Amino acid sequence: MEIAKNNQDGCFTLSPSGDVDLSVARSLQMEIRAAMETKPVRMIVDLEKVPYMDSSGVATLVEAMQIARKQNTTLVLCCMQDKVRSIFEIARLDRIFTIVPTTEDAAGA
Amino acid sequence: MSDTSQTHPAPPTTTPHVRVQILSQPRYLSGTRELIAATARRLGFDETACSQIALAVDEALCNIIRHGYDKAEDQHIWISIWPLNEPPDAEPEGIRIVIEDNAKHIDPEAIKGRDIEDIKPGGLGVYIIRNVMDEVVFQQRPEGGMRLILSKQVTTTDQKPTPDTTTPN
Repeated sequence: MEIAKNNQDGCFTLSPSGDVDLSVARSLQMEIRAAMETKPVRMIVDLEKVPYMDSSGVATLVEAMQIARKQNTTLVLCCMQDKVRSIFEIARLDRIFTIVPTTEDAAGA
Repeated sequence: MSDTSQTHPAPPTTTPHVRVQILSQPRYLSGTRELIAATARRLGFDETACSQIALAVDEALCNIIRHGYDKAEDQHIWISIWPLNEPPDAEPEGIRIVIEDNAKHIDPEAIKGRDIEDIKPGGLGVYIIRNVMDEVVFQQRPEGGMRLILSKQVTTTDQKPTPDTTTPN
């Protein structure tokens, strides 16, 4: 899986590409942990290029949320595709995460 | 949704319409999802239902790989698929998927999804499986390992529109 990174003005954006399942969730977890260690004011996970996510990926993002809360980083998920949103809705996590439609929204959420 | 702790029904005795064996490696999850979704589509499910059925199977496989086989990558998992239809030559009314492994026996009563209100990483798989499938039955296989029987009915919203049979001018 490719994960594009952009760290600018206290805003760290991670943009993974491809399905996030058990085979790659660990890679995303490592990238998120490394990004969080920089203590960004805002962490954006851009999911535009993620067509599928299973509970392994969701667990990674739940961990990110827990880290973010501890260190007062604002975590925002954006550009979520319908199939990915579906698992968040099934797990009722759509009301726990800040999920916005666009990267522009994420920058201001 | 059925009681997930029951040990019945018996697994189907007819020959599966589709049967695949995979090694317990996460790299094969993607291809298996595609197979499940494509088969469900052929049995009349809409795109949303196909995705959810594939997700349920993915979650079941992840649990076997992580917990059943402790991430050992040289173990086998068998996936069998039948259409749900009665009589057998009728149009499919749904899908039945049986997933079997040779992992250690687990008491089916002990397989519980976590409380969904308890927000923490992990433990969502069983909850998701129960949420998206109509019937979820965990069984111990007499020959060793576990069996998971999943069923889902096609609903009216899944039905494809009747093809337009009018002759174009």
